[in-house]
Amino acid sequence: MTKTWNNRAWFMVLPVLLLVAFNAVIPLMTVVNYSVQETFGNNLFFFEGVKWYQEVLASERFHAALLRQFFFTAVILLIEIPLGVAVALSMPRSGPWVSVCLVLMALPLLVPWNVVGAMWNIFALPDIGLLGYGINALGIDYNFTRQPVAAWFTVILMDVWHWTSLVVLLAYAGLSSIPDAYYQAAQIDSASRWAVFRYIQLPKMKRVLTIAILLRFMDSFMVYTEPFVLTGGGPGNATTFLSIDLVKAALGEFNLGIAAAMSIIYFLMTLLVSWLFYTLMTRGEEQ
Amino acid sequence: MRRPGPPMRPLGWLVPTLYIVFLMLPIYWLLNMSFKTTNEILGGFGMYPRNFTVASYVEILTNPVWYNGYISSITYVLINMVISVTVALPAAYAFSRYRFLGDKHLFFWLLTNRMAPPAVFALPFYQLYSAINLFDTPWAVALAHCLFNIPLAVWILEGFMSGVPKEIDETAYIDGYSWPRFFVKIFMPLIASGIGVTAFFCFMFSWVELLLAKTLTSVAAKPIAAVMTRTASTSGYELGLLAAAGVLTIVPGAIVIWFVRNYIAKGFALGRV
Repeated sequence: MTKTWNNRAWFMVLPVLLLVAFNAVIPLMTVVNYSVQETFGNNLFFFEGVKWYQEVLASERFHAALLRQFFFTAVILLIEIPLGVAVALSMPRSGPWVSVCLVLMALPLLVPWNVVGAMWNIFALPDIGLLGYGINALGIDYNFTRQPVAAWFTVILMDVWHWTSLVVLLAYAGLSSIPDAYYQAAQIDSASRWAVFRYIQLPKMKRVLTIAILLRFMDSFMVYTEPFVLTGGGPGNATTFLSIDLVKAALGEFNLGIAAAMSIIYFLMTLLVSWLFYTLMTRGEEQ
Repeated sequence: MRRPGPPMRPLGWLVPTLYIVFLMLPIYWLLNMSFKTTNEILGGFGMYPRNFTVASYVEILTNPVWYNGYISSITYVLINMVISVTVALPAAYAFSRYRFLGDKHLFFWLLTNRMAPPAVFALPFYQLYSAINLFDTPWAVALAHCLFNIPLAVWILEGFMSGVPKEIDETAYIDGYSWPRFFVKIFMPLIASGIGVTAFFCFMFSWVELLLAKTLTSVAAKPIAAVMTRTASTSGYELGLLAAAGVLTIVPGAIVIWFVRNYIAKGFALGRV
């Protein structure tokens, strides 16, 4: 659509701008402020420059949390995107079952995040939970509160449960926009199943899949509540992701400077990756 | 003749069925726990409740500490939904119809707020809303959730609005409609499903968020999710009650999904399929 140039459109955007700026700019400036100062209590602050940033970037603890975070996000994306596409491809295209599937699949997305954690906690407990009891009945020793590997397995399975449906719904929306004529043409050319996927379905899903990857990256990178309720970051520090570490530093240990510098570094990383995705996405649109 | 469609494998129904079973298992387990007494839960493993009881539900629905949690959660979610949709409507129209100074940068800046980890903002938000005396009111949570819901609402609505041909606007102006009248009388009915989907998303993300909601409230406006955490730590480990409270937090979401089920797929694609 061709858009007209009209600077008065700013007035329509103004309320949004003010509300979001109030919520974003003031807290962000507070964080920046903390990140360059030292406090000894009593509201006394001293300017420290980039000391906190140097300290955070050099700390082993930050490196470990960052590594865990990247590993978690990578595993999540590698499982959820292909699984979501596979489920969407095999869903019925029309009929009464579509609504039933969609409603049931969307359900995990509307469960409050701490309830997700609590639900998986009782689901995975080795003595009274279905999952934990089941795995132990198979003869595998499983206890997510004591074994780091079991804790990772449970946290990842929980995230797959919670968020794969988002990918399914997005991919399904992309698939249902493909006209039947495309499939007719493929049938006439007697194209293979793989060719239909590769040259018809995948290109049509490109846009929605970009959105899916972008959303899943952002949300898994800032995951906090679900793993915190499930494992509390443990056992030890095994599942302490960036957000959990950040809240520990800020509210648990009250290291405001460190926590603030961590926040800024963390935010900039999310921003950088998301900007790359966004640029790719809008470039695809212009073509 | 078979209607030409995507090629289906003979066992195609198996994949979605297995997936849905996987989704339902933890929910079944929560339901199962909610109908047991805490003693039975701790007593050992059981696939179904042997002494079926609704005592946990009765306790939640009659004890003000519990049901006030639900009321405050629903209050701030509704306030947030109304604010987000109302301010996002004209903004989304501006982004879908006009080019203006810095529009692309503004749009990306809005999106960056969807990317900000709430953990980063928890402490400054606490100080900000204490300073303006909104701490521990539903308004604080409703306004704070605008941080990520308004950008999302603008994003979804813009997608739906771009699907409406521009000739409609021009015809209405020629017919002598003013912009506000055109917008409310003609344009909004055209994107009614988009508005519904947007409201659904605002509801969803405000309903499931807990970190900010918990940080910004203490007693009066405590959300249900926070009541659950507190109960877990003070009155021993009342698993039956917790499970029932968890089940009740899923109910509003399930009802809302049922209403938007036909638009949900399009909504998740942000209106731009």
